Amino acid sequence: MEIRAISGHAGSVPGAGMSRDYDVCKLIDVTTCIGCKACEVACLEWNGYSFSETVFNNSYQTMPETAWNYWNLIKFNEHEHPERGMMLLMRKDQCMHCEEPGCLEACPADGAIVQYMNGIVDFQQEHCIGCGYCMSGCPFNIPKFSAEARKVFKCTLCVDRVSAGLEPACIKSCPTGCLHFGSKDDMKFLAEKRAKQLREVSGFKDAGVYDPSGVGGTHVMYVLHDATQPELYGGLPKDPHIPWTVQLWKHPLKWIGNFGIIAGAVGIFAHYLRFGPKIVKEDEQGGTPGGKP
Amino acid sequence: MSEQYLLPNGRVLRYSFHERMIHWLAAVSYVYLLLTGLAFWSPWLFWIAVVLGGGTISRELHPWAGLIFVYATFIMLRMWGTQMKETPSDKAWWENVRYYIRNEDAKMPSADRFNPGQKLLFWGFFVNGIVLLLTGVVLWFPNYVPWNLGFLRLISIILHPISALFTIALFMIHVYMGTAMERGAFGSVIRGDVSRAWMEHHHRTFYEKILKESAARK
Repeated sequence: MEIRAISGHAGSVPGAGMSRDYDVCKLIDVTTCIGCKACEVACLEWNGYSFSETVFNNSYQTMPETAWNYWNLIKFNEHEHPERGMMLLMRKDQCMHCEEPGCLEACPADGAIVQYMNGIVDFQQEHCIGCGYCMSGCPFNIPKFSAEARKVFKCTLCVDRVSAGLEPACIKSCPTGCLHFGSKDDMKFLAEKRAKQLREVSGFKDAGVYDPSGVGGTHVMYVLHDATQPELYGGLPKDPHIPWTVQLWKHPLKWIGNFGIIAGAVGIFAHYLRFGPKIVKEDEQGGTPGGKP
Repeated sequence: MSEQYLLPNGRVLRYSFHERMIHWLAAVSYVYLLLTGLAFWSPWLFWIAVVLGGGTISRELHPWAGLIFVYATFIMLRMWGTQMKETPSDKAWWENVRYYIRNEDAKMPSADRFNPGQKLLFWGFFVNGIVLLLTGVVLWFPNYVPWNLGFLRLISIILHPISALFTIALFMIHVYMGTAMERGAFGSVIRGDVSRAWMEHHHRTFYEKILKESAARK
């Protein structure tokens, strides 16, 4: 697949923009999700991970968050709706494949994170140095560090399947059809249509599409019953951004620092040319440096 | 003063063997930290990590080198803490620092074992070393910082390079002065001794103390 952006990379991206490639997108309609976890199993199956130990905390939540070897997790939330009563909100959590990925921005390792022209953001573990900066750059708490591998892992949007013209494994496994996959434009159309239906037919007046502009839009979108409160769905951030400290570090500080270092070196050299060394005139008792008397 | 400063070869002891060892422990670990740190700082310098054994090794060893460096600065605090304390005459030194820069040293107030510039260097490295240590520990173990304490990582990600830049400024001035500018200074941290004239020129207050002590001992 064609590459759009490379993490920690000096200079231009080889071959970027050579040809057009349509943006892919996964659409998750949380209103028709039944929380069956088939997508979790399909993800583990396809990516070759075994099932992880689960916890029980009086809910359907099997583990608190995704793990380095568990990229796809349904987040359950029992929400007391003022009009409708108890609602079991379920959201399939995984990498959002941001158009402006915070992980890629924060990553210092050349080529450890690439963004393809179709929008997939993929980690290249052979180039990953295990610093974990991606974990700080991500506003969705997705990249996870493996203590054994000393590398970071996350959902690949089944880049291997997509590049072969297949849908991601989770999409294939969904029994209710709440998961859709296609071009971003098609998915946007479908999502808006479904949101409109929810608003006009099903009475969810705040229903809408989650495609946050703070990260330039995402290649994984949600249809939510209540798009005004995405936090209800297992802590989906309302207005995700690349953290400002990461941006400050990567842009202004870098230029201030580079300028300072170069200006300092020039200043030191100029001082030597202008004033030269401090030479102390030795008297007769100067002695022999380091030598015996 | 427990050290015998006046050496039998007619020179003056500037730094003891122990002091020199600690200096170079800090120096070698700092240079490694600087090089690997610069590799992570900019994609244009990532090749440094490749030269030093690869990004993964650099990331693994950078924190350990940091511990060595901070250890060395704490030993320095124990060795030099009292000598690095600010004294009333420091203010006059800084007010006249322009003469120092212009090599018009005769117009400068006399300095003790460490002049105020050296004190600034020491405390600058010490304070920034602590900031780098605290933020560095957070960055060392990102997987142990829970998501709801993510702000710690975000603070560290910006404070660590800011603090490092301060030390780079100090480091550049220190290396320049210690090698090219102050002739004789480099030898003081290699062989440990300087000439009497050098000591009198750069650290007259301290030199006079040595002479007084030596006379008292006789």
